[in-house]
Amino acid sequence: MTQCEDLAAAYYGGKAHMAPFKSDDSATTGETGRTAEAGNVRGGRRRAARYVVPVTVVGVAAATIGLVPAFAGSGDPDLPEVTAQELIEKIAASDVQQLSGTVKISTDLGLPDLGGLESSLGAGGRAGSEGGSTADPSARLTELVTGTHTVRVAADGAGKQKLSLLDEAAEYSVIHNGDDVWAYDSGSNEVYHATGAAAGTTTGGDSGTEGGTDDGVPHGKSGSVPEDVPTTPRELAEEALKAADDTTSVSVDGTAQVAGRDAYKLLIEPKQAGSTVGAISVAVDAETGLPLKFTLTPASGGAAVVDAGFTKVDFSAPSAATFDFTPPKGAKVTEAEDIAPEGAGARDSGQLPKPDQRQGGKSAAGGPEGMKVIGEGWSSVAAFDTGGEGLSEKSSGNGDLDGIVNSLGDEVSGEFGSGTVFSTRLVNVLVTDDGKAYAGAVTKDALVKVANEDR
Amino acid sequence: MSSAETGSTGTVGPVGPVGPVGPTGGVHPAPARTPSPWWSLGLLRSELVTTFRRWRTLALLGVLAAVPVLVGVAVKIETGDGSSAGGAGGEGPAFIAQITNNGLFLVFTALAATLPFFLPMAIGVIAGDAIAGEANAGTLRYLLVAPAGRARLLLVKYATTAVFCLVATLVVAASALAVGALLFPLGDVTTISGTRIGLAEGLGRALLIALVVAASLLGVAALGLFVSTMTNSGIAAMATTVGLLITVQILDQLPQLDALQPYFFSHYWLSFADLLRDPVHWDDLLRNLGLQVVYAAVFGSAAWARFTSRDVTA
Repeated sequence: MTQCEDLAAAYYGGKAHMAPFKSDDSATTGETGRTAEAGNVRGGRRRAARYVVPVTVVGVAAATIGLVPAFAGSGDPDLPEVTAQELIEKIAASDVQQLSGTVKISTDLGLPDLGGLESSLGAGGRAGSEGGSTADPSARLTELVTGTHTVRVAADGAGKQKLSLLDEAAEYSVIHNGDDVWAYDSGSNEVYHATGAAAGTTTGGDSGTEGGTDDGVPHGKSGSVPEDVPTTPRELAEEALKAADDTTSVSVDGTAQVAGRDAYKLLIEPKQAGSTVGAISVAVDAETGLPLKFTLTPASGGAAVVDAGFTKVDFSAPSAATFDFTPPKGAKVTEAEDIAPEGAGARDSGQLPKPDQRQGGKSAAGGPEGMKVIGEGWSSVAAFDTGGEGLSEKSSGNGDLDGIVNSLGDEVSGEFGSGTVFSTRLVNVLVTDDGKAYAGAVTKDALVKVANEDR
Repeated sequence: MSSAETGSTGTVGPVGPVGPVGPTGGVHPAPARTPSPWWSLGLLRSELVTTFRRWRTLALLGVLAAVPVLVGVAVKIETGDGSSAGGAGGEGPAFIAQITNNGLFLVFTALAATLPFFLPMAIGVIAGDAIAGEANAGTLRYLLVAPAGRARLLLVKYATTAVFCLVATLVVAASALAVGALLFPLGDVTTISGTRIGLAEGLGRALLIALVVAASLLGVAALGLFVSTMTNSGIAAMATTVGLLITVQILDQLPQLDALQPYFFSHYWLSFADLLRDPVHWDDLLRNLGLQVVYAAVFGSAAWARFTSRDVTA
């Protein structure tokens, strides 16, 4: 007893207010005076009752996480009715010069995760071209092809754009300001710089935000930015609308809220059978006509293959400092002209395919000479002769590689002979044993049919 | 409470007078039932002094302070020949490539390097020891004899752990800043978005980042405190907390679990780097802080439920 007092006093430095040995703890005082038996029963119940608190906290947290997005997403805005034609005109007339926002892009082509492979291939490519830089836009923007990415865009007129790819604890920015194009990779602290003419072609990613400049898109796309990497909803929408003719049904499919703004939904569906594209949905801002969200769902169902949309958008002018860039001290700066001249030449002169070619077969972008397009609209298939011996198992002595390649595809045969089909959720490619290749956003059966007719 | 406690209070004796004063009111019930708020502060102060005087605590802080020194010296030696740190591919901890140009980045690198393991391990040791350590040493019952109440004692223990989170983070940051200033130049800071901010604002952001990192650890602290109320062995509590921490970190890497990962307390830890974007990208930061609040509420209340209803025999 005295020992205990001493200890307690010692622990608290002998404070005067230690004197009253009264506890405010109800659990302690409340039980006093009861019989031990009753106390045990009631105490047990009270004990169990206390665990209601953490359980309630978990329940409330789960309900909040589950329900808040549901409520936020509900309530499609009430907007005056428009026809598809009016909506497309609205998009065409859209003249958004200034904006800043955040775009989320999810791509699920059904390819295996290329994370490691991609970087090793990238490294190989880099080693191949002397003086390459990790900040080179063409090397970096291909990342958008797989996975989910957050991209920040900002634009102020035709001369100033910025695009930033947000990585974990790093960021990759492309800044176009007047005659200069800077690309900065904060992860490796490397800078890529191009000026003048080159500047026009390296900002493909930004051109979609330019708004009124109608020819901006094809020009921008012809630069070093890889084909089929549309980075803004507008660019994606234009791509989709290009194909709108009698092969396509275009309709207005109600309204939606995107990034806190009221939007119309434009639904584009292929009329032709055999296409792997189920539907393309474009959310168009009701006020400005800017496409805010782009969703491509495959005909086979399931999650969207491409889902790109603003999560935040602001149509006021971004601060001028956004577009200022000075290479940080010590950063490795690569000038566009310094990169292996033949490489740069190829980049400038060897433009990517013309739009009509693109329309024919998206997967065949940059294909070899001698490529021809069979069919039209959604079911068009790009065919080309690889000149090789195809992928038949007897064709090469490299049994290991053949085994891997063949395990990725399915064997098919028909009037054309036999071959292998490589499938993704959107694009199928047929490589025949006699070295011909057919590629298109069509089903496997349609591909075989095209191959048969091509004999 | 239970017979065990009644027994202990019986032998301790002084609790006896509580009876007459009890709920029906006595001679002077008011001052006894509502001790002044300063009381908690006094308790907190004595807890803080006890915690920070322990050699164990000082050794933990020493280890944390040594990490930035190691990183700084390693980068200095590696880049002595003019090559850049971390290689061209941007390997190594975040921001390591920028250290040679601006010593302030050593603060960010050091925090990114210590946050996954060193910092939460130190928190796990302190939090796991909070209740179980007292029980182990046989001092818990004397703490409860004092008119503090179990809920209040628990709150004070959690507050002490939270203060340790802050102190540990600031020790890393301060040590990194000192080493960075000593070995590398300081100057304008290029944000990871490519824009440039002055050194003063850079220091302000570094402080903000340290606060966010400290707040990121509150979830682990609550988890450790809950584990600590479950056992009478301080070592078992520490080991369990650190074990849970490692398990969660591993599970956070498995791609098959990506539906669950946003709810792991460590999932958004590296989001502190978003404070270095321009403009700041708040989405993940707020998600991280919200997650820590939820973890603190869930495990804090679970610790309260456990601690206020259990038999204290040690």
